[in-house]
Amino acid sequence: MAGMTATPRTRTATPRQPGRPLRSRPYGSVLVLLLAALYFLVPVAASLWFTVDDPGKGLTFGAYAKGLRDGGMATSLGLSVRLGLATVALGLLLMVPTMVVVTLRLPKLRRVVEVLCMVPLIMPPIALVAGVSTVLSWEDDLRTTPLWGTFQALHDKNFPLVLVLVYTVMSLPFLYRSLDGGLRAVDLKTLVEASRSLGASRPGTLCRVVVPNLRPAIVSGAVLSLAMVLGEFTVANVLGFEPFSVWMVHVGEYEAQLSVAAAMLSLLITWGLLLLLTNLAGGRNRNRNRDRDRNRTGNRRRTTV
Amino acid sequence: MAATTPAPARSGAADAEQPPAPSPTTPAKRRARGGGARRWRWPAVVPFFAFMAVCFGLPACTLAYNAFTVVDPSTGTSHYSLDNVRHSLSGAYATGLAGSVKLSLLSAVLATVLGTVIGQALLGAGNSALRKAVISASGVFANFSGAPLAFAFIATLGTTGTVTRLLHLKSTGFSLYTFTGLVLAYLYFMVPLMVVTILPALDGVRTQWREAAASCGATKAQFWRHVGLPVLMPSLLGGAVLMFGTAFASHATAAVMTGSSVPLITIQIANALSGNVLVGQENLALAMSLNMVVIALLVMAVQIPLQRRSNRWLG
Repeated sequence: MAGMTATPRTRTATPRQPGRPLRSRPYGSVLVLLLAALYFLVPVAASLWFTVDDPGKGLTFGAYAKGLRDGGMATSLGLSVRLGLATVALGLLLMVPTMVVVTLRLPKLRRVVEVLCMVPLIMPPIALVAGVSTVLSWEDDLRTTPLWGTFQALHDKNFPLVLVLVYTVMSLPFLYRSLDGGLRAVDLKTLVEASRSLGASRPGTLCRVVVPNLRPAIVSGAVLSLAMVLGEFTVANVLGFEPFSVWMVHVGEYEAQLSVAAAMLSLLITWGLLLLLTNLAGGRNRNRNRDRDRNRTGNRRRTTV
Repeated sequence: MAATTPAPARSGAADAEQPPAPSPTTPAKRRARGGGARRWRWPAVVPFFAFMAVCFGLPACTLAYNAFTVVDPSTGTSHYSLDNVRHSLSGAYATGLAGSVKLSLLSAVLATVLGTVIGQALLGAGNSALRKAVISASGVFANFSGAPLAFAFIATLGTTGTVTRLLHLKSTGFSLYTFTGLVLAYLYFMVPLMVVTILPALDGVRTQWREAAASCGATKAQFWRHVGLPVLMPSLLGGAVLMFGTAFASHATAAVMTGSSVPLITIQIANALSGNVLVGQENLALAMSLNMVVIALLVMAVQIPLQRRSNRWLG
């Protein structure tokens, strides 16, 4: 009954404040958001302070100077970037044609591909690397076969291909999700049929029609995979390679400040990458598509004339 | 132009031919229909399946197979046995598995609740610029895990951390290198992940439902108890499962922050793999990995039927 008597009051109050129906005071929301901001910003601020504050000596930028002088940092970061780019390239080369063909021609396989791409979520990286390291330990038994050379190439210190392969497996869920979203958003069948009936070859259709239309999805999958690879520690550490995050841990054993500075750098890189993603996949792309549409109509007019 | 003109002509001819003679096909027609389609189908899909078979199937099968074999160190022969699995489920390894499950459960529940509350607060604040900023920040922090996260927390709350010194936390007995410290650190990337995951579902709770409930005389609490939460429940549970999986699989943060002081299965596997143990231990690591996969599988299996239910309401 109390609820019923309260009703008319709310009903009459609502039209008087058209801006805020029902949610009359967002103080609670603001408080929650402020607390959350505190929890997320304090560690960043404290870490930044940690890197420049030398107890007893005051402010120094020694950690950053050391990081710039340290050859290990450049080498490991370079390795991480190369691994990341190779992973993205391999992942996209595998996934884009597969997803496109499955959507167009083999819808029965869609479920299979989805499950296969999601399986790495069930297999934690540490379990995956346990299996991989066992497979790599077969190397000695294969010394007499041609496969031995392959194994040698797999764990070449300068560019460990095995990491690219494992990272590609680990990035499949990201790639699948973003490509699936992208493919649902465009009418692929019509696009491909139009392109084919205008005489474009299949690879031409894929490169010049399908890929540009999937660009936001491709960019988002690529950036998420890249961010994952740049921060990855478990697999590289167990297999004995030294990309950026492993170097960070090794250097932390004797240079705490330097490793925290490296951690902040890695946060900065992640932030930059994701910023790039929102800019590339967001507004600008839409504009560009509009431009391209305009160009396309222009071209068509020219060809018919 | 040269390429486009013959194509319509050919398809026109094919259409004209179709009714009287469906089976005897000209070469051109075969290329345009079945044969071409088949050629375009498989080569694009084969690399993916081959890649999965070699790079995922092979390690996974090796894992499952070797977990059940024991290598005799003296003779080098191996035989089928359940010893590894039994060993991996007893003593210190059982403690590690239980510790991992406990840590993941606690942080998953906390992350689900906090992420939802923050998400709802974000919608409640009703500011689109703020929303955009929080979403992009969540994206960054959700990806900020592993070794860098561990260092950020060590610099903040470690023994010589900035906040530890500032607030004299040492005298209160607080230590980052404990179970609590790990939960605190895990939440740092799990809560943003939950915010990003749950926001679409929270958006799906329509204002009309709220207004309908209010005009029927329901209070805010009653609305959430009888309408909001039941509708969100599948998404919340799905999010919780995702959180559990993320926490359960994560290794680097704990390894860098606490070393082996908090018993966790991921750290035990890494220790068993990294060589400074006996020969047979490698298969023990595989058995432990298998336990992890089984647990992850069981938890993830909950999510599949839930997803379907939530799609019905919030799709």
